[in-house]
Amino acid sequence: MTTVYLVDDHAMFRAGVRAELGGRVDVVGEAGSPADAVAGILARAPQVVLLDVHMPDGGGLAVLRQVGGRLPATRFLVLSVSDAAEDVIALIRAGARGYVTKTISADELADAVERVAGGDVVFSPRLAGFVLDAFRNATAAPPSAASAPTADAEYDQLTPREREVLRLLARGYAYKEIAAELFISVKTVETHASNVLRKLRLSSRHQLTRWAADRRIT
Amino acid sequence: MGWFGGVVTGIALHTGLRRRTVAVLFLALAVSGGLGVALYATYWIVLPTPAGARRSRLPRPVEYALLAVVVLAATALLASRIAGGGLFVPTLLACLGGATIWRQAAGPDRERWLQASRTTFGAPPADRTGQLRLVAGAALVVAGGVIVLQRANVDTLRDGLWATGVTVVGLALLGGPWWIRLTSQLGAERAERIRSQERADIAAHLHDSVLQTLALIQRNADSSREVTRLARGQERELRGLLYGTRAAGGQLSAELRTAAAEVEDAYAVKVEVVVVGDLALDDALAAACAAAREAMVNAARHSGATDVALYAEVEADAVSVFVRDRGVGFEPDAVADDRQGVRGSIIGRVERSGGTVSIRSSPGSGTEVAIRMRR
Repeated sequence: MTTVYLVDDHAMFRAGVRAELGGRVDVVGEAGSPADAVAGILARAPQVVLLDVHMPDGGGLAVLRQVGGRLPATRFLVLSVSDAAEDVIALIRAGARGYVTKTISADELADAVERVAGGDVVFSPRLAGFVLDAFRNATAAPPSAASAPTADAEYDQLTPREREVLRLLARGYAYKEIAAELFISVKTVETHASNVLRKLRLSSRHQLTRWAADRRIT
Repeated sequence: MGWFGGVVTGIALHTGLRRRTVAVLFLALAVSGGLGVALYATYWIVLPTPAGARRSRLPRPVEYALLAVVVLAATALLASRIAGGGLFVPTLLACLGGATIWRQAAGPDRERWLQASRTTFGAPPADRTGQLRLVAGAALVVAGGVIVLQRANVDTLRDGLWATGVTVVGLALLGGPWWIRLTSQLGAERAERIRSQERADIAAHLHDSVLQTLALIQRNADSSREVTRLARGQERELRGLLYGTRAAGGQLSAELRTAAAEVEDAYAVKVEVVVVGDLALDDALAAACAAAREAMVNAARHSGATDVALYAEVEADAVSVFVRDRGVGFEPDAVADDRQGVRGSIIGRVERSGGTVSIRSSPGSGTEVAIRMRR
């Protein structure tokens, strides 16, 4: 069973998620503050961490940064009520593997946890919308003298296929439905989604860079 | 760990000097004429105690009496040593009087006075009174200087200047900490006022909306549909307040969000709205929005699904809007021609404005209405 660690400063919400996921995943621990969370995650080494964005003392970003590369097998899934694009993008750029809103149903959440544990990324329609918005004006960021232009340009644009996949995600399609729609395999859809996430993390597009700079994550 | 009054420690902490250095300075000043003792006593009374530190002090009135004694003693000391001391004492008393008045004034008064003195120097050209005040003041100062230069001979002038300089430095030493504390207090008061104002605004908002909704939810606790509808409406409103998702009116995204909100309210479903890009509404886009609204209403009324997805994207040459549900679906060809909903309100409306509509649905796998309008 997938081992899951819950990080949220609302005890009531943690209890609710625990009850909803009970039996489907193995909740090995929970924490209400970034400091407790870092200690607990390092001690338990869970497969998936469900991470809240806004908490006192630095929030989810602090947890992601402090755990950092110390647990390469642990995946982070952001579970938040936040609607602010910069929150979401900042956490993805810091290493989270997906983002879902707290209004998600129990079935969908369990499914998302399994997918993240299996190495996939999870795009809610809203996250797909944010990413399309960020990469919308396909002209790349003004080239900076020091950086290697070819590598940057690759990260700064989405391929037409990736764009199609994102559009369908934003329209509320599941991976299986996207595969059927585009006549490709589910595995290929997953690859496209992973690539988009990687670009999101590595891109130097100016909107993303600005969001990142605001949150001091670059 | 206060060695005596904690003054040395406090100053050392504040300035970054070592405690021993500060102590030696005080000792040196104390030996040479007693100024060190007076300064130490004044600082002891005047310096703020750090918040949370235990304040082992004399009662306030006693402290002020002590301060007065110290100041008077220092004044007498200075006056007896300096030439022209007769003039010095009244001046000092006047300054002390002014300081007392200043100290007594409540926060807003002080702020107003500060404002007034600031506007005298930084008066914009439009501020006639301020400029007049500046000119008159400058004229008086110059006139005073000229009179002194004419009347006095150079030697007494030099002595007088020395005396004045020493006095000013002394006053600055005595009054400086006091003044600094006053200004910091002023800043703290202002910040506190702003904070309490914000708190009051948020409290008013929570009362007007959230508490009302919670009351309604309790009253409708047996109807889960109603509870969902109320909670969803409240969530939308709070999100608008917190994240400012409410875009400017007359824009595509605002129009679609409003339509989605109305459908959520009317039919107790959840509409997930994702809009990429934005555009000012024209007649064609307004028609597309109205059609999208109708599609959402159909999904809410007929599909049986509780979740509807609305996605809109502004592309280079067109605007696409998708409304999707995972409900029961229907056979598009089997819809009777007289069913106004799909035929008239969605397809007809969009096609009249130059757009296209495609509907994909099959029983059991939900429905998606795609609206495309050229820009």
